[in-house]
Amino acid sequence: MTELSTTLADPATTKLPRLLAGLEGRRPVSLSEHHERLGHAPRLDSAGLLAEIERSGLRGRGGAGFPVARKMQTIVAGPTPQAVVANGSEGEPASRKDRLLMSRAPHLVLDGAVLAANVVGAEEAIVCVKRGAARAVAALLGAAQERADLAIDDVGLTVCEVSPQYVAGEETALVHQLNAGPPKPTFIPRRPFESGVAGRPTLLQNVETLAHLALIARFGAGWFRELGTDDDPGSILITLSGAVARPGVYEISAGMRLGRLLEAAGGSTGPLQAMLVGGYAGRWFAAEEAVDLPLGHQALGSLGGTLGPGVVTALPRGACAVGETAAIARYLARESSGQCGPCVHGLSAIADAMSEIACGHAAPGTHEWVTRWCEDVTGRGACHHPDGAARLVSSCLQLFAEDIDRHESGRPCIPPPALVDLLPTGADERAAAGNPA
Amino acid sequence: MSVQLRVNPIACEAHGMCAELLPELIELDDWGYPIVDGERVPPELLEHARRAADACPTLALLLAQRPN
Repeated sequence: MTELSTTLADPATTKLPRLLAGLEGRRPVSLSEHHERLGHAPRLDSAGLLAEIERSGLRGRGGAGFPVARKMQTIVAGPTPQAVVANGSEGEPASRKDRLLMSRAPHLVLDGAVLAANVVGAEEAIVCVKRGAARAVAALLGAAQERADLAIDDVGLTVCEVSPQYVAGEETALVHQLNAGPPKPTFIPRRPFESGVAGRPTLLQNVETLAHLALIARFGAGWFRELGTDDDPGSILITLSGAVARPGVYEISAGMRLGRLLEAAGGSTGPLQAMLVGGYAGRWFAAEEAVDLPLGHQALGSLGGTLGPGVVTALPRGACAVGETAAIARYLARESSGQCGPCVHGLSAIADAMSEIACGHAAPGTHEWVTRWCEDVTGRGACHHPDGAARLVSSCLQLFAEDIDRHESGRPCIPPPALVDLLPTGADERAAAGNPA
Repeated sequence: MSVQLRVNPIACEAHGMCAELLPELIELDDWGYPIVDGERVPPELLEHARRAADACPTLALLLAQRPN
């Protein structure tokens, strides 16, 4: 993916960017620059800040879009002491927005982590970044040192490198690692908000969510709601990739139509066939339908889609959607943490069948097996990894039914179209590590 | 109290004892893992469900008691 960060000023409200403001230099914003532009984070009492967050309607930006205030309330009500984990593990291969924020606006993330700790009464906040994201780690460590030198926080800050695997950023898997376990989800009778890091009730929030929190504490819920919709308030970071003129991370007003984001990114590089919305655990939409999709957790969810961590990928007309889906299905099968039978065997069977279909080696009707397996694996893992893979593959079978029939009739794409740059390659990971924007 | 079936998917190793002992409520997927939809165990099957849970070699079948 081309490394680029851009902000999109919405003509209707020239109030963007928020999170990505002041990032013109390709280096982390220093503490003095941060305070010069935004001032210090105000010291609000826990209840007051929680009430402001509730009024803001802020939703988590890690994928599920869960209301932040409601998550905090479960912790506030619990026994002490508590812990806060800022999740910057960004396991979604097509996402870049968390690394961009951490490596360029580390103080926004750390402000948010400290404020979240204040709300739930935690004395420590741990920021998790995936191994290999060297710039993000360096920026966060440098920022934490600046803050420690001036002793501006009453909360201890730790930066922790975690496994880069896809499933490793799942809440229970992240807590498992911080408790010196393997990066694998755990079977839950107890969620992290009951028993997380070192057995403490633990609040986990995505780093973008915390950056929004840092601004809500300063400017208030009313200000936050000046962008977005009633159901999806505020701004949101979207990583746009694939066949677009200017791929990169965009900050938009939540609920904005995908078509407008495409325009802002200079349009597509050619006619588009489809858009993958929501990342690898997301869903394919036909291009003509996709441009009307609203980019907000609630709005998209009500249309049967998912925004995931804010990832959108454009598939050009010449590409083979079946082959792309088979490649992602293979990736997701390999990224299973290998613990739950239905995920281990089911995703592998789905990936095998999709590869056979893509190559034209599958018997007619193979996709019916895949459809059943997708239903079978859904909801049967300790985490939602199989559900996401099934969602992606099911959407491919539905949207590209004619293509599937053609492939199953022994007429695959010949020669196979080159895969779009959807899957991370070694080179891409290196580029991301050296230049996380 | 109502009783629901649950499977710990990490502990389950597809021995299949549960489906043998409780075919009324449990079927196996193509790889031998039980498909349990969290349905309530009717009173007349409660004893069979307990036997199935006890017989699971990895103790992966759970009977979750819920207030009505």
